[in-house]
Amino acid sequence: MALLEIKNLHASVAGKEILKGVTLALEPGEVHAIMGPNGTGKSTLSNVIAGREGYEVTKGQVLLDGEDVLAMAADERARAGIFLAFQYPVEIPGVTTSAFLKTALNAKRRAAGEKEIDAMEFMKLVKKKTEALGMPYDMIKRALNVGFSGGEKKRAEVLQMTMLEPRVAILDETDSGLDIDALRVVSDGVNSLRAPDRAFLVITHYQRLLDYIVPDHVHVLANGRIAASGGKELALELEAEGYAKYLNAAA
Amino acid sequence: MAANQETAAAVKNVEQYKYGFVTDIESDMAPKGLSEDIVRFISAKKGEPEWMLEWRLKAYRYWLTLADEEPTWAKLIYPKIDYQASYYYAAPKQKLASMDEVDPKLLETYKKLGIPLAEQAILAGVAVDAVFDSVSVATTYKKKLEEMGVIFKPISEAVHSHPELVKKYLGSVVPYTDNFYATLNCAVFTDGSFVYIPKGLRCPMELSTYFRINEKNTGQFERTLIVADEGSYVSYLEGCTAPQRDENQLHAAVVELIALDDAEIKYSTVQNWYPGDADGRGGIYNFVTKRGACRGKNSKIMWTQVETGSAITWKYPSCILQGDNSVGEFYSVAITNNRQQADTGTKMIHLGANTRSKIISKGISAGHADNTYRGLVRIGAKADKSRNYTQCDSLLIGDKCGAHTVPYIESRNPSAVTEHEATTSKISDDQLFYCLQRGMTQEEAVSLIVNGFCKEVLQTLPMEFAVEAQKLVSISLEGSVG
Ligand SMILES: Nc1ncnc2c1ncn2[C@@H]1O[C@H](COP(=O)(O)OP(=O)(O)OP(=O)(O)O)[C@@H](O)[C@H]1O
Ligand SMILES: [Mg+2]
Repeated sequence: MALLEIKNLHASVAGKEILKGVTLALEPGEVHAIMGPNGTGKSTLSNVIAGREGYEVTKGQVLLDGEDVLAMAADERARAGIFLAFQYPVEIPGVTTSAFLKTALNAKRRAAGEKEIDAMEFMKLVKKKTEALGMPYDMIKRALNVGFSGGEKKRAEVLQMTMLEPRVAILDETDSGLDIDALRVVSDGVNSLRAPDRAFLVITHYQRLLDYIVPDHVHVLANGRIAASGGKELALELEAEGYAKYLNAAA
Repeated sequence: MAANQETAAAVKNVEQYKYGFVTDIESDMAPKGLSEDIVRFISAKKGEPEWMLEWRLKAYRYWLTLADEEPTWAKLIYPKIDYQASYYYAAPKQKLASMDEVDPKLLETYKKLGIPLAEQAILAGVAVDAVFDSVSVATTYKKKLEEMGVIFKPISEAVHSHPELVKKYLGSVVPYTDNFYATLNCAVFTDGSFVYIPKGLRCPMELSTYFRINEKNTGQFERTLIVADEGSYVSYLEGCTAPQRDENQLHAAVVELIALDDAEIKYSTVQNWYPGDADGRGGIYNFVTKRGACRGKNSKIMWTQVETGSAITWKYPSCILQGDNSVGEFYSVAITNNRQQADTGTKMIHLGANTRSKIISKGISAGHADNTYRGLVRIGAKADKSRNYTQCDSLLIGDKCGAHTVPYIESRNPSAVTEHEATTSKISDDQLFYCLQRGMTQEEAVSLIVNGFCKEVLQTLPMEFAVEAQKLVSISLEGSVG
């Protein structure tokens, strides 16, 4: 059984249909990349999977381990193991990154029937994870995302991912805004999480990311559908030729 | 037996009074309404000396002249209070026989707050026979305090044991003519705490942490007087995070603080009186006058308040900065949910030279609630080089609530500097979704964001209180989203 299965998914925003029958299956251990023109619905797809309000699913299914994801509330989906690294992470004034991480981690642990993490253990864990991502430890004392640079925000997203160890991670343009060194570090972070029981959906505009995070499958999302799928070579082809072919074909 | 003696003593006192007395002293409850007789009844019940009674009567007679001066300037809406429809003296309530009789919802809240079982029983009004650890701890500490020369006792006892101190300081910061509610309090106050810290002593423990569960039920017209003599320090905690119910809707407390040369008083409050139901029925009207005088040079008074309860909160803990170099600080979190209304803030009155004040106010409104910060910073002509810094932040949850900031700044000294900053923000859907996406529930998310918003204030609370206050913040906002 696929870990995450998206079947003929239709969704609209503000009365406008954006997803027009997306079908995709992520097997355990796989990394899938999604590419596609601006405004084509990549973030919409991630938001619908994560359960953000304001999106109307008119048809189709999303299943996690065969369980109906669309029937769950957003927080339940997260606790079931769906993680979304946001394209535009929001600022949460007053809430330190550390307090945020701890609350999130404990929410997950409680759901798993584990007890809350103690302060020492938490500090050790954060230290390890921030070091791996080349983040200064003091960063976690700052309010989450407040005043973070673009790249710092993306790193903070990946930090959360490595702390929460989700089953399915969706990375929505996590590479945009990262400098070359950061791109490598962040990719290492993702790669370190690659595991036989985990899957990734990586949304990107740049094939360069896929040199670091090597995908098993690459898909083109155009006009609300998966217009083409292939291996890593598809990304290279897109880089060379653009999306014109798929847009015309789908129109 | 003790009760009989008390009554006998009270009756004996009554006989000394010049004026007639008609209310039956044996009764545990004075009849409804307010009159000179009622004032005398209360005083007699406490076996007060004549000077105390005279003071009460002076206040009562003055209060009668204020009939048309009930404050109306606050941004609060409530039906006119009929002062003749209230009871002004009632003996403590009948205890419940066991925990089984306690409202399960109340117990649920205690549990969430992490209040130990022993304390839960006392808070819920269950009769307790066993001597709990906390009670014996209290007794031990009381003895230690006495040895150090600290006076810490009900004001009704201090009137007898230390009349010279009470006479000297009572009404010296909040005179009986101060305002409608304070005047009423002077006439009918039931009890409260009296604290005196001797010269040079740094009181080594927070007053009232260990004692709060032993306090008598004095909620309605509480009167507190704290005097910190030269070079002393004290931290005083009032209130309780546990929700408190009271049959009496009208509350009008008065707190007076006096800090002499080089003395410091830190006064922390957590107020969680019954706020009424979701539609605004019931709930306490809390009209409080709190004021501290930094009477000596280099003295300091610091107010911290966490206001989550009551249907109506009318409260402006203030500092009169008389002594040169004295410091006043006010840290406030006021949370209003459902139909609650709060009009709260502070007054910083700079009289001495080089006086400094700081105001940090965090107002949170949810539901249909209204929350107003009202503050006055007044710099007198002699307050050379004085400084004030004010920061007022409002946080809105939902779109049916209101937040208002009403700062008054009056400066009569050109060398003084005042700074005022204000912000209003909202918990956005994006922020909530972000938190949910990380596995938090709506309530955890709101609690996290709100606690972050008021962190600066909560940090000023004594450690163990701070933890409870954080939980309280979450609990008071339950059901505010979703
Ligand atoms: N709340 C909204 N109201 C109206 N239109 C919306 C809303 N949210 C998204 N859309 C529209 O839906 C379409 C898909 O947006 P989406 O953010 O999913 O694109 P994307 O593929 O992620 O683009 P990009 O590569 O630029 O990130 C866009 O045309 C966008 O304007
Ligand atoms: Mg996008």
